[in-house]
Amino acid sequence: MAVQRKRPALLKDNSWCAGCGHGLFTRLLHESLEELGYDNNYICVDGVGCSSNYFAATTLGSAIESHHGKAPTIARGVKLARPETMVFTYQGDGDAYVIGLSETLNAAHFADPITTFVLNNNNYGMTGGQMSWTSLPGQVTTTSKAGRDPETTGMPLDPLKMAAQEERVAFAARAALNSPKNINLAKKYIKKALELQVKEEKYAIVEMLSPCPTDWNLTPVQAIRWIEEEAVKYYPLGVLKDTTEGGGA
Amino acid sequence: MAELLIDKELCKACGYCIHFCPKEALSFSEEMNQKSYTPVQVDKEKCIFCGTCYTVCPDTVFEIRA
Ligand SMILES: Cc1ncc(C[n+]2csc(CCOP(=O)(O)OP(=O)(O)O)c2C)c(N)n1
Ligand code: SF4
Ligand SMILES: [Mg+2]
Repeated sequence: MAVQRKRPALLKDNSWCAGCGHGLFTRLLHESLEELGYDNNYICVDGVGCSSNYFAATTLGSAIESHHGKAPTIARGVKLARPETMVFTYQGDGDAYVIGLSETLNAAHFADPITTFVLNNNNYGMTGGQMSWTSLPGQVTTTSKAGRDPETTGMPLDPLKMAAQEERVAFAARAALNSPKNINLAKKYIKKALELQVKEEKYAIVEMLSPCPTDWNLTPVQAIRWIEEEAVKYYPLGVLKDTTEGGGA
Repeated sequence: MAELLIDKELCKACGYCIHFCPKEALSFSEEMNQKSYTPVQVDKEKCIFCGTCYTVCPDTVFEIRA
């Protein structure tokens, strides 16, 4: 049966690389904002990284560029001033899980009604593919040329797990932007997280494993396979915490 | 009659849609768009308007009118 599909009204041409997960997330985000009736009443607080290109990817441009890693703290302030507005952060792994680890965990601890989205592409995409705390053992990056060595740089860090342990976090989940099934699941998590903010004044965090073909030196199709075959070994998909009715965990 | 609309100028030829299309209805064309990519094209005979291409496209190239 034919299904109706329409691009979200506010999206325009974007400047992300071919096959980049940022474009996929942005579409899912705007579908969700439209469906919840908030696409004219939202403020995005952008991390520093390729998420910073979000501002120019919409006609409304309702985004604040934060300092590197500080987006959750700024978002908490924005929400205090504009409680009726949908306020979320849009960050990379380097932004949310490395330089901004403290802000991410503090936001989860206080759990003000904001939403955090993290695109985890296991490297610093914007600056040319340096090693992140989320890079996999053996992963070749511009700063781990022989592959990440856990002996000297540790194992992949999982701040989503840490955030999920915080008492007041209502929902924490990880999806992947690498197949129709996983993209549809990501949409479900994104929409649920946003809904929790505006209907129940709750904090939620959603991470998405995201292809970065350019800095991984792979074709886009190889990149989505790498997520399925490698990244999910260290970053398993699914709901880590769900305190809503019927949520279970 | 349903229709698959393709905005060629938005296409960056990542190939996700071609990879996932269950009917092998999509392929790269030979022309070049403004961004210097060879955008995707559809074989109208094969498309079943399932929306898979829309789902996997990072650049909102596709729309479907049911
Ligand atoms: C204080 C500060 N330190 C370093 C940088 C350089 N810098 C810009 S983006 C970035 C990392 C971005 O990586 P990530 O958050 O994973 O986003 P991605 O581009 O991979 O989506 C860094 C280190 C900066 N802009 N400011
Ligand atoms: S460098 Fe990586 S994260 Fe940045 S736009 Fe390109 S593919 Fe996306
Ligand atoms: Mg990154």
